[in-house]
Amino acid sequence: MTEQPFLSVSNLTKHFGGSGFSRAPVVRAVEDVSFDVPRGKVVGLVGESGSGKTTIGRSVLRLIDPTSGTVRLDGVDLTAMSARDLRRQRAKMQYIFQDPFASLSPRMTIGQILMEGLGIQGTGTRRDREDRARAALKAVELPADAFDRYAHEFSGGQRQRIGIARALALEPQLIVADEPVSALDVSIQAQIVNLLRDLQTRLGLTMLFISHDLAVVEYICDTVIVLYLGRIMEIAPAAELYANPRHPYTRALLSAIPEPVPGRASRRQILTGDIPSPSNPPSGCVFRTRCPHAIDACAQVVPPLEAVGRDHRSACIRNHELETAEAVPA
Amino acid sequence: MNAPVLDIRDLRTVFRVGGRELTAVADLDLSIAPGETVALVGESGSGKSVTSLSVMGLLPRKVGRIDNGTIAFRGKSGAARDLVGMTPEALRQLRGNDMAMVFQEPMTSLNPVYTVGEQIAEPMRIHLGRSRAQAAAAAVQLLADVGIPDPARRARQFPHELSGGMRQRATIAMALACDPKLLIADEPTTALDVTIQAQILDLLAKLQAERGMAMLFVTHNLGVVAEIADRVAVMYAGRIVETGTVDEVFDHPRHPYTQGLLRSVPRLGQATALKRAGTPLPTIAGAVPSLANLPRGCAFAPRCPYAIDACTVAVPPLADTGGGHGSRCIRWPEI
Ligand SMILES: Nc1ncnc2c1ncn2[C@@H]1O[C@H](COP(=O)(O)OP(=O)(O)OP(=O)(O)O)[C@@H](O)[C@H]1O
Ligand SMILES: Nc1ncnc2c1ncn2[C@@H]1O[C@H](COP(=O)(O)OP(=O)(O)O)[C@@H](O)[C@H]1O
Ligand code: SF4
Ligand code: SF4
Ligand SMILES: [Mg+2]
Ligand SMILES: [Mg+2]
Repeated sequence: MTEQPFLSVSNLTKHFGGSGFSRAPVVRAVEDVSFDVPRGKVVGLVGESGSGKTTIGRSVLRLIDPTSGTVRLDGVDLTAMSARDLRRQRAKMQYIFQDPFASLSPRMTIGQILMEGLGIQGTGTRRDREDRARAALKAVELPADAFDRYAHEFSGGQRQRIGIARALALEPQLIVADEPVSALDVSIQAQIVNLLRDLQTRLGLTMLFISHDLAVVEYICDTVIVLYLGRIMEIAPAAELYANPRHPYTRALLSAIPEPVPGRASRRQILTGDIPSPSNPPSGCVFRTRCPHAIDACAQVVPPLEAVGRDHRSACIRNHELETAEAVPA
Repeated sequence: MNAPVLDIRDLRTVFRVGGRELTAVADLDLSIAPGETVALVGESGSGKSVTSLSVMGLLPRKVGRIDNGTIAFRGKSGAARDLVGMTPEALRQLRGNDMAMVFQEPMTSLNPVYTVGEQIAEPMRIHLGRSRAQAAAAAVQLLADVGIPDPARRARQFPHELSGGMRQRATIAMALACDPKLLIADEPTTALDVTIQAQILDLLAKLQAERGMAMLFVTHNLGVVAEIADRVAVMYAGRIVETGTVDEVFDHPRHPYTQGLLRSVPRLGQATALKRAGTPLPTIAGAVPSLANLPRGCAFAPRCPYAIDACTVAVPPLADTGGGHGSRCIRWPEI
């Protein structure tokens, strides 16, 4: 009945350090994360700093090697692949970075930057590469003369368009966009989100969209995953997550986002305490040190992701009791 | 009426860049009463930080200078004094004492080689003449006031031993040490996670109400403005384009830029309807102009859906639209 997911992440775990001579404690960046992305869909990874978003994104493209778990792209296990086979797969998968400034070489023209990736992939003749690069510039709505100019001549939003064009030129099937609008001003953020959404639907791209801001991902994502300290707290279709958040952390996160509506602050829920260190995460539910609903049992077991609705899962042992609890203030 | 703590008139601040003089802030009027929070909001490069650096006397020497205007400041003495033209030494006496600041990056204010307690105690020894022991005890109390658990132990720690949120609390404690009349907070929560930001905003609002300080709060985040400020000034390309109470400006914006900015902020739960209808998110077309190349007349004209020929003739004045609300738009009655 259902087609096999285009991207399938199973039990992904990534620990940093802790081996060899290093005395630094193990950083548990990602713990046992599983999710699927159907072809042509967009899944958002959302969480505060250190929740493991970038680590998951980089593991998916195998820019880093996971500690355990598998990543399958179109049925092929990337985690088991040799470096040579992986290089061949890489053209299908592109990463878009947060910082459009740092990711573009100052000494190359935009045309050279766009054609560089194509050259590495050994794609076509020089003429073909130039055609594809020019088409990519057009797709991101930059003027044709941008081809011969340098990155420093462009604004932040334009540089992010260049970063997107660079990824698109390779005609990827999967894009991991890591905070692609976080460094941009609000009026420009919406421009870039619109562009990504438009390209994604037109080209049928599959995408992982990483952001620390739940408000930013709603428009572009089909499904949203909320992460905390390397674990999935909740996963739901985007519309459902905002309308009916179930996990206490998701509710707190939604409530913490300041909205430009005077008078709303008084209704907000403020979590106490700091985010614990991922080298020393709490036992049981990792959110329990800040959860207003924590009980003793929360320290005992890691709550499994349980179905709480259609395609909606939440990792909280009190899911059912808290169902009617005051949801997010409107 | 309460005399303002800060009263800026006609401020113009310029920078020397590559042999040229660029105007980063122009025609800026702003006043803050005791106990009042005024937010300066705008996108990057709009002149928010240059305005706050001008007040603090911390413009980069030789590069930046105040070219025009007055900044009347009523410190602890109760008398208003013009900060423009004051000697660097006199300004140093005021900073950390009558006025204090908190920046985006806590390590701008914290020295990595001294304990947190020593750094909070220092301004009290310098400006208030407290003894070492008195100041140390007061520092622990301040750490408790800003909500740091186990304050006596934290006072003995170094900044790197604190989390980002706790460090920002410590810089707030340091800023409050001498009970300033004016607190200038420049993007104090921008580098923090959103759940920690909520804690810090709550803390600042509480401390400000308790102490009756005036606060100048600089941010690019309209949501934060709605939460913390009484009045707001929206900046674009170095000028205030709209100003008024937060309720007035957010509910009835009278400048096309403010309107566009408010529409661009994603609202939780509202994008789904747009997505289903196939409607793009609202945006402001184009990008902020560079100071070296400002358009003639209204700087917003190239992006403004209401622009007409008259908009490019001269910089529009900040028109009074009633009730202390101002808009730098020649078409404000139609907006
Ligand atoms: N190369 C590394 N070596 C050691 N620890 C690392 C490394 N990369 C990431 N980590 C740690 O792993 C955890 C998860 O990091 P990650 O970058 O995935 O978080 P993130 O969710 O992307 O956060 P942010 O919002 O700050 O980008 C963090 O505690 C981080 O410090
Ligand atoms: N030290 C400096 N030298 C030259 N130009 C500067 C300097 N500091 C700020 N500017 C310019 O002044 C303008 C306003 O900057 P700023 O006040 O920092 O903006 P923001 O509103 O983001 O705080 C920008 O165009 C910026 O590039
Ligand atoms: S499992 Fe317990 S601590 Fe975790 S979210 Fe649920 S109630 Fe809170
Ligand atoms: S003055 Fe003209 S260009 Fe400027 S904001 Fe008003 S209508 Fe738009
Ligand atoms: Mg990251
Ligand atoms: Mg600034």
